[in-house]
Parts: sequence; structure tokens; C-alpha cells
Amino acid sequence: MYNILEKKTLSDVTKLLVVEAPQVARKAKAGQFIIVLINDYGERIPLTIADHDSKAGTVTIIFQEVGKSTVQMGMMQVGDSFKAIVGPLGHPTEIENLGKVICVGGGVGIAPIYPIARELKAAGNHVISIIGARTKELLFWEDKMHAVSDELIVTTDDGSYGRKDLVTAPLKEILEGQPGQIAKIWAIGPAVMMKFAAATTKPFNVPTVVSLNTIMVDGTGMCGGCRVVTDDGAKFVCVDGPEFDAHKVDWQNLLSRMAFYRSEEQASVQRWREGHECNLRRTVGDGLP
Amino acid sequence: MAELTQKERMKIPRQDMPVQGPEERVQNFNEVALGFTLDLARMEAERCLQCKEPHCMEGCPVQVKIPEFIEAVRVGDMVKAVQIMKSRNNLPAICGRVCPQEGQCESRCILGKKGEPVAIGRLERFVGDFALAKKAFGVIRGPSTGKKVAVVGSGPAGLSCAVDLGRMGHDVTIFESLHTPGGVLVYGIPEFRLPKEKVIRAEIETAAKALGIRILTDHVIGRTLTINELLAEYDAIFLGTGAGLPTFMRIPGINFNGVMSANEFLTRINLMKGYKFPEFDTPVKVGKRVAVIGAGNVAMDSARCALRLQSLRAGANGGATGAEVHIVYRRSSAEVPARLEEFHHAGEEGVIFDFLTSPVEILGDGKGTVRGMRCVRMKLGEPDQAGRRSPIPIEDSEFELEVDQVVFALGTDPNPLVFFNADGLERTRHGTVVANQETGRTTMKGIWAGGDVVTGAATVISAMGAGKRAAADIDRYLKGELDW
Repeated sequence: MYNILEKKTLSDVTKLLVVEAPQVARKAKAGQFIIVLINDYGERIPLTIADHDSKAGTVTIIFQEVGKSTVQMGMMQVGDSFKAIVGPLGHPTEIENLGKVICVGGGVGIAPIYPIARELKAAGNHVISIIGARTKELLFWEDKMHAVSDELIVTTDDGSYGRKDLVTAPLKEILEGQPGQIAKIWAIGPAVMMKFAAATTKPFNVPTVVSLNTIMVDGTGMCGGCRVVTDDGAKFVCVDGPEFDAHKVDWQNLLSRMAFYRSEEQASVQRWREGHECNLRRTVGDGLP
Repeated sequence: MAELTQKERMKIPRQDMPVQGPEERVQNFNEVALGFTLDLARMEAERCLQCKEPHCMEGCPVQVKIPEFIEAVRVGDMVKAVQIMKSRNNLPAICGRVCPQEGQCESRCILGKKGEPVAIGRLERFVGDFALAKKAFGVIRGPSTGKKVAVVGSGPAGLSCAVDLGRMGHDVTIFESLHTPGGVLVYGIPEFRLPKEKVIRAEIETAAKALGIRILTDHVIGRTLTINELLAEYDAIFLGTGAGLPTFMRIPGINFNGVMSANEFLTRINLMKGYKFPEFDTPVKVGKRVAVIGAGNVAMDSARCALRLQSLRAGANGGATGAEVHIVYRRSSAEVPARLEEFHHAGEEGVIFDFLTSPVEILGDGKGTVRGMRCVRMKLGEPDQAGRRSPIPIEDSEFELEVDQVVFALGTDPNPLVFFNADGLERTRHGTVVANQETGRTTMKGIWAGGDVVTGAATVISAMGAGKRAAADIDRYLKGELDW
């Protein structure tokens, strides 16, 4: 059983769970992901490993409540358990001492960028981190990112905290201000953010790595549902990735493929929310707000 | 029943199994073939001539003692029938359903020379279902040998190997990457051919419990653990990891939305129960006009699943017209590689067959979703060295097929993930593991392999046979009777 040992609320819609999964924790490295399945009725969804403790046999996952499974996960409590936790999957991030690097984390992408920044720092790099979110409430781990970064820039789209900007604005400024000095960039966040990060860094010709979070089913290379078009041909994100050269990704195809099941996702989350509310009403009566 | 003379036996017609009619079954995912009743089974068993030198057994990859178990059915001693069956085949409820008997045991039956062979497969299924219903396993675990064996993959090859090793008293652990054991039996073959709970789960759980087999799901060998790590902890390893890597055609447009592998389509439907969405969380889309590329069993399964999804969704939407499912195959009906029964069932249910047709491009709607397929007509050339007539495109024969979903069922290759860091394990250029056909031994000491990972995509029963042969060799090796 994969028991939940700890739960933290990072924002209204961003939750952190520490889950018992010794076989994953033993092997996990920065950049890898797991597949989780809530119960017998659930779907298999990929989540990046935000942190792990091989001694305690635990992995930390952070997710934003955007669909049925993540909303349901957000309601799970310490003591609840998952039906399946599979991994670690995908290739780990290649960590080397390159000099000066930039780590960009957008929204829930702050979670996966954290272990990468930490490893890069530990390997001797000068780490500049940029984290951003739509609004202040969606930001988290500023302190943790601060601890593993030489410089940290925080942005919000609405200016409710830090700099009022998209993460791509300070990214562009650094590249302009320190020409030829940035060795490599990692950018993780929503697909649209990564697309724009790729477009921002391309003119400067700085190698840019993104971590793709496509639709997956098995996560082990047997279905191809996660395939992405790159300049090197079609690749399976689950086994060839999840990290790819941002300048080689066909972003239009990626965004279109990620939207394929949108109507089903919306129907599913709506149906579940209504069902859940019905159950609550049955137990506590109609006194619900 | 009084003893019949040979002549009287020969007069009994081959008994049909009750089935759901095509109009009814296309609206549900329930099993098509409903199984023999005891009376039907005993009547069919009466047909067996009890040959002194039965040829049927030669046609069975695991040499089930066919006349003996049929005789037990005939006299109504089902417990004995189960024991005889399970002394050779541990998964009869599965084999009885998915084996291509017409090319195996039944093709050798002497009755088939003049009339119809004994329905060995249907009888096997009957015995298997009886065992499951009565929870009778029929064999017991041998005295413990203290030897530990890791079986990687819980599909047909791994299961049959594990079960045999368990009977021999070895301490077996199965490593399975998915959350449910069974391999292609759970993610590939649909519910309407092979019920998941009633048959597969029951058969696996019964066998594992009786034989003390540990099944570790969610373990991806190559990632969670490597082959070398297993080697350090186990006395022997059997690789039955199958051929799960899908093949796509190298034509433009394969990454449009609505284009998928049969593995993805079938996994969403069978393993994740997407046909019950939104009761189950995994969505699966079905087009109004679906093209399945290929004509093997996987293609038939995909096409028949698509038909059922269309019916179910049309029912929910108050009826939709114009729904079509095409099988697009570059050879002719004579070369169809699927089992005859499946081909026949698909036709009965309304699948449209476009033979001598091959796609050259998948067309998009401008928004990233498939809207059609450009195809070319083919003709068959001279037979090649293997005796198969190869298809040749006919010039200026291109045409467009209007479809909104394309499912590629063109076969699969072994998944390379499992071989991570196992460089001593020799593989062919097709990615299959090099292994001795009789023993299953690979080029790495202590590692055996069998099933699709060695042969490339083949049949359930051939994988089971390979698992069995490897188990026998592993047993002799672990007992010190044979050197590596």
C-alpha cells in the first residue's frame, strides 16, 4: 500500500503529499516522474517527483487541482492510500558543472524545478532561479528555492507579489544583460509557459531544457499516447524524456495533443464534484453553503 | 449414458457453444461465447474416439492429455478432468478461450479428416471454468527447494513459467510493471473475448495462492529495479516481458489527434475500463468513422471495441447514424493473419474490410485532428521466400477515406526499457532477446527468456509453451542436474 504520511496545502489549489513508496524512493533522481493511480476506478496520471527520501522510503509530490484526479487527490488525507505508485520513470536530469545556469519554474512547475536547482547548485553551478505564478496565492517554496539559488527572482502575472511580469521577462533581461555567460537553462511549467520560454531563449542560442507533461497512460513506453514531435522525429515522453531540447519541440502539435481529452476531463470533474456534493448533502443535510 | 458404438459416436454433430447474437453483443462488452453447459460438454466429449495414439496432443504446445481429460468429462468426473488438465496446463480457462485450436490440437483430430474435429478448445474452457467456479486448483506445491526465482512480466509466458516453478517447490516472485497482473490478457484482449475479473484475475489469484507465488505490481524492471539487481538476489531469472512497443507507419500525419496505437486504444478500454467512462476515470474517444490499420487479432479486437463504443455512445446520445469501422489491410482476405473465428465475428458485427489498401498519408483538419486518410490500392506480387505474396502499390490508384480516428495495429516490438544496463544480454536487431528455443537460456548466465520477447509478437499459447519449457530447464539447473 502507498500510504500518505504527510499533507501540506501550498495554496488553495496546490497540495503537497509525502507518500510511502520505498521502491521508488530508493532509485529516484531529479527530473524523473512517477505514475499514480488513486483507486480501482482511477486513471493513471504522471507526476514529477518533487523530492524523495530514500531512507524513509518516501516520495513527495506536488500537484495543482485542475481535473478530476487532482481534485480528488487534493481531498485525500494522511492515512489514505494510493492504489499504485509506479517509478521512478523517465531519464534523470543530466547534472554537470557548467558554470552559470538558469532554472525557471512556472506555477506548479516550481516543484519539479526545485530538485534540479538543488542538484545543479550542489554540482558547483552558479544558479539563477526565476519562479512565477499567476497570482501570489499560487506561489510556494520561495524559501526552498532561495536556499538552492545564488539569485532568485519572483514574479506574478498580476503583480500581487514580487515583480509584475511573466517569467519570460526577467529571463530575457538576463540573457541580454549577460551575453554569452549562461551555459544552460531549465524551464518547467505549463506547456504554454515552456513554449514561450523556448521562444525567448532561442535567439540567444542558449541550450534550453524543458520537462514535458503530456497525456500518458502506462508511462513505460507501450502505448505511445505521450508522443511528441521533435526535430529528431516522434519521441515517447515517458521513455525518451521527460526532458527535451526546448528548441526542437513542435509546440503547436504538443499543445493540440494535450487538449484532446479536454471535454471529457471537464465532464469528469464536474460530475465528480456534483456527486461529491450529493454525498455530503446526504450525510450532513442541506445545510451546505 | 450407455456406452456408444464407434458408429454412433461418429453421428453426433460437433456441439455449438451458445453465443450472444451479433446485434445484441455489439451493444455491450460482455463475453460473446457463453460456454458449454454440462450436458453439451458431455455430449461433445462423447464424440472423442479415444485414439490409442492421439495426434491431437502433438498439436498442443503444452501437451495436454486431451483424450484423458475428455474421457473424464464424458463420465462426468469433473474433479478428475481438472486434475488431468492442470497437470499440463495451469490456465485452461484462458487457453480454452484464446488458443487458435483450429491450427493446433483440433487440426490434428482424426474426426477432422472426414467431418468436424472434436471441440477440444470448448471442452478445455468448460473444464477451466469449472475449476474457477469450484475454486479447485487441482495441483499442489511441491516440497520447498529454497531456491528463489524472479519472473519478469506476468503475461502468458511469465505466468506459465511461474506456475510451473511454484509447483516444483521454488520460491517465485513475479515483477509486473502495470498495476494488474496478466499482461496482454488484461490490457490487450478485450473483455468480450476474455473476461477480466471472472477469468483472468480468478485464474491468476487461484494459482498464486495455491503455489505461494508473490506478485509485485508497479515494478518496472529497467527503472524500479534492473536485471543486474535481480541477478544479485535471485538464483534464476525468467524474462517474459513480451513485445509491448507499438509500431507506427512512417507516413505523414501520424501525430494528429485521433491517431493512436492499438496498444493505447485497447489499454484505455480494457485495463482502464474506459468504455465505462465516466464511472471509471480514464477517457477513451471513438470516432464516427474509424480506420484500423492491420488485420491481425489485435486489429480485430480494436475494430470490435470501436464498434461497441460507437453503439454505447450512440445509445447515450439518442442514436447516431453513419458510424463505420474499417479494417484497412494491404493484402487480401486470404492472407488475413487473425484467427478465423475473430475475422468472422468482426464481419458479423459489421466491420467493413478494405483489402488491398494501404495508407500513404493521414490528413488533418487544420486544427491538429485527423479528418481523413489518403490510401493507395495494392495488388499482390509473386510469393516471396517465405511464400507470402507481397503487396505492390497500383499506380494512380490513390483515394481518400474519410475517417476521424486511425488505430495502428501493425504489430509490436520488445520494449527496450527492461534491458537498461544489461549489456551482457544479446539481442537481435529487431530488439528480441537471443535465447535457446528449447531451454529458453539467454547469453547471460542465470537468465532465461521466452514468449514474445524472444519471438516477437506471436500467440498466447506459444508464449505459455516457452514459459513451461524454460521452467523445466530452470528446475533442472537449480537442482544441479544441468550446468549452465
